[in-house]
Amino acid sequence: MSALPFSELAARIRARFPAVAERMSENRQPWLLVPAADLLAVCQLCRDDPELDFASLCDLTGWDLLRYPAQPPSDAIVVAYYLHSLRHRHHLTLKALAPRACCTLPSVSAIWPAAIAFEREVYDLLGVQFSGHPRLTRILLPEDWEGHPLRKDYAYPAAYHGVPHARAGQWFEDGPARAPAGAAPPAGGAA
Amino acid sequence: MKAAEDSIVTTAVDEFLAWGKEHSLFYLLFATACCGIELMQTGGPRYDVDRLGMIPRATPRQSDLMIVAGTITHKMASRVRTLWEQMTEPRWVVSMGSCANSGGPFSKWSYSVLNGVDKYIPVDVYIPGCPPRPEALIDGVMALRERVRRYRTLGIRDRDPYVVAGHEAPFGSHPGKEREATR
Repeated sequence: MSALPFSELAARIRARFPAVAERMSENRQPWLLVPAADLLAVCQLCRDDPELDFASLCDLTGWDLLRYPAQPPSDAIVVAYYLHSLRHRHHLTLKALAPRACCTLPSVSAIWPAAIAFEREVYDLLGVQFSGHPRLTRILLPEDWEGHPLRKDYAYPAAYHGVPHARAGQWFEDGPARAPAGAAPPAGGAA
Repeated sequence: MKAAEDSIVTTAVDEFLAWGKEHSLFYLLFATACCGIELMQTGGPRYDVDRLGMIPRATPRQSDLMIVAGTITHKMASRVRTLWEQMTEPRWVVSMGSCANSGGPFSKWSYSVLNGVDKYIPVDVYIPGCPPRPEALIDGVMALRERVRRYRTLGIRDRDPYVVAGHEAPFGSHPGKEREATR
């Protein structure tokens, strides 16, 4: 019934899964890097272990590491899981990497149903495929949208359904490069 | 209108209809962003557009005026078009705020925001501001009332209310809705 510090949380998880790595972010926030192969089992342990008891998935989000000053440089998509224990009042951050070439991670929606909507959002905006998700469709953008806009290499469309994005005579010198209407889907898209 | 006797007023039917339309602009209760807050204030007791005969209606079929209050995304745009098509004619559109006018702060870096609602529906009056104050909205409505007053239901119209100066957007450009821009 007591909150565990990060070191003990990590030790408890790493005793079962030695491939899980401890990391520290620049602002001194510790987190665990979980290999994709272990992700489901680690999440199951986090929820079911009585000492951990992470009943709540507070947030699930993601971002693109492309052109990000990370060491070592990577072009993967990060998916982060923010867990909170309502009973023990401690929390934990897990992160998993989805490589660009095969952008797939196991879905945790069977463990935390809250992940159903979160994973749809991450799929919509970043194009991560969550295997085992009950209904992985776009949640914010129109269903026929091409590409995933929060990827750093996203090619802005110049038009949608024939409606041009810019107004006549409108042009921004430092704005995003926009693909001509009817162009092929961008590289990061249609995954 | 001319007063012939104390109790008799002679007028043209068209003028009478325009007078009625001008003083009963029922607007659609429709807002998509923070401009909607100003729209609600305008309808509230302090500014009280009810005194202008403007009463909010909850359905487009009972509305004369659509006030596009807020950011319109590409996903929302076809819904806006559908609402506009459901309104009875003659129908009027006020574009309220920078987002509805031109995309506003989203026009440069957003991938999903429509840069101006006039790409989907014809707009009669544009109101600048981010968001416009209720006074600005009422000023835009007064400008619109000038247009309504000149609108002729039966006779030859001096101008088509659906033609907007400087309007170059393609109409009927969302799927299954091929329409002429003007009628």
